[in-house]
Amino acid sequence: MSERVLMKGNEAIGEAAVQAGCQCYFGYPITPQNELTAYMSKRMLEEGRVFIQSESEIAAINMCFGAAAVGVRTMTSSSGPGISLKQEGISYVAGAELPLFFVNVMRGGPGLGNIAPSQADYFQCTKGGGHGDYRVIVYAPSDVQEQYDYTMLGFDLADRYRIPVLLATDGILGQMMEPLVLKKYKDPGDLPSKEAWRLGDPATKEPIWITSVRLGEGELEEHNFKLQKKYEEIAEKEVRFEEISLDDADIVMVAYGTSARVARSAMEMARAEGIKAGLLRPITLWPFPEKRLREIADKVDNMLAVEMSLGQMWEDVRLAVCGACRVHLHGRTAGGVPEETAIVDQIRKIMNSKGDEIIRNF
Amino acid sequence: MERIFTMPEAMKPEQTLYCPGCGHGIIHRLVAELVDEFGIRDRTIGIAPVGCSVFADKYWNFDVISAAHGRAPAVATGMKRGRPDSFVICYQGDGDLAAIGTAETIHAANRGEHFVTVFVNNAIYGMTGGQMAPTTLVGQRSMTCQLGRDPAIMGYPIRVCELLKDLPGVAFMARGSVDSPKNVLKTKKYLKKAYSNVLEGKGYSFVEIVSTCPTNWGMTPVKALEWLRENMLEHYELGVFRDCDAEA
Repeated sequence: MSERVLMKGNEAIGEAAVQAGCQCYFGYPITPQNELTAYMSKRMLEEGRVFIQSESEIAAINMCFGAAAVGVRTMTSSSGPGISLKQEGISYVAGAELPLFFVNVMRGGPGLGNIAPSQADYFQCTKGGGHGDYRVIVYAPSDVQEQYDYTMLGFDLADRYRIPVLLATDGILGQMMEPLVLKKYKDPGDLPSKEAWRLGDPATKEPIWITSVRLGEGELEEHNFKLQKKYEEIAEKEVRFEEISLDDADIVMVAYGTSARVARSAMEMARAEGIKAGLLRPITLWPFPEKRLREIADKVDNMLAVEMSLGQMWEDVRLAVCGACRVHLHGRTAGGVPEETAIVDQIRKIMNSKGDEIIRNF
Repeated sequence: MERIFTMPEAMKPEQTLYCPGCGHGIIHRLVAELVDEFGIRDRTIGIAPVGCSVFADKYWNFDVISAAHGRAPAVATGMKRGRPDSFVICYQGDGDLAAIGTAETIHAANRGEHFVTVFVNNAIYGMTGGQMAPTTLVGQRSMTCQLGRDPAIMGYPIRVCELLKDLPGVAFMARGSVDSPKNVLKTKKYLKKAYSNVLEGKGYSFVEIVSTCPTNWGMTPVKALEWLRENMLEHYELGVFRDCDAEA
């Protein structure tokens, strides 16, 4: 039933969105995600759906806000600089509790930075990015198939929890081609109806007001506590990760996305020379697999965060293990991609070190 | 006894909290009367922008969304494209439409989006306490041009209709005022044309309404109306700037 094709990551995301019933795509050009916008400009119109190349990223996210408010599936995509511009709108979407799926094909920063692959938007992805007390579900796929699959799941979760869902990928994953099984979208069947809150529906009896402004005394705090309850439920139910060779591991690497692919090769090299290395790959960056990391930390002496940023995810690993083991850092940035041999060198150093010493590659 | 005047169904029976002499109350009512006259209340979505009219949801008896500052045309675009059978009213003030949201305004007009824009121009930022707006007149004083607007430093008051009228996506564009019953009725006529254009799928329709802000102008409501007539109407000429039907 499912067709197997060779496809670019950016295009796989677009096709998954089309299959998942995305009705409106709004985007603005930026490298390295341009293939996605280009793909949607053709596919969405072929399907008789809405595609707009907006005047700015700010306009794109606010178009999404409008489309989400009338109850249709909507998405936008960009790279770091554009996602920075979209943060205001994402905060509004979160505050108004609307479903939204969006994509960050990460590149090097800060500032205009460069167009090389990166994971340096980890803080922006996971710690809000925009203003106010809110959370965004963040998926970190590590191949083309996962970019396809988690795009579909992302739309479902956005609807289920009325929350922005982010697919955090990078310039390598977005631009590389891999075999992909074009699975058909399957409606989970239990998603909540939008009829009670969507705007412009003649069937609704009373006027609906969609807003993120709550000026009455205590009104916003009450709303934010309600949001927090939802976030706790998500943290409980939706955390995802992959464990590789953890059972006998003496040292556990923590890595996601492109970094996880390299870390896996490094793990095999280390094992070939007798070092029992393992890998925990977070698939959701928020919620972060903190409980599992805390359990693992009781069994090993060392963890190594491998990331294409300079210690951003490392902070979350340290928070999770709460001092139960040493957490070292292998970080590259701005287009630098971790190399297996350099990781294995660092693993050797770690295994030979003692005491509280924290070893970094830079 | 026959009832000849009543609250529009599209208005909630609330007393507005706008200042005495503010034009928003009149303009909200015009917007609502026309929603009733066209019988479209069940599919109308109003946008409450950032500014004093962020409270519009309390007065309009139809669906309302609060947009981020200046982003109303983008939000309107998303709603109308996402739900083509909806009727979207993009209500914006001068700071919202002609300063922070200039890009969204121009591009929505240029795409010929199928919604009505109601642009309330009172030449000042109301909600934040009377700062200079893009439409503040030369020489006019405000909290952030206390010595009067000096074009050499602050630029000139923008005439939005004149700026947008030549974009091919615009189906209708007019400027009215709410300074007198006569002008209120004329403005309603413009709005009616804008509504019917959008309902008939003719395209982007825009009505600028010159209005008052007695509180931030530092005037009584009566004096504010005089000031509007004597100063604003000279710079902001009333009339129709674009009418696709007349051209056809």
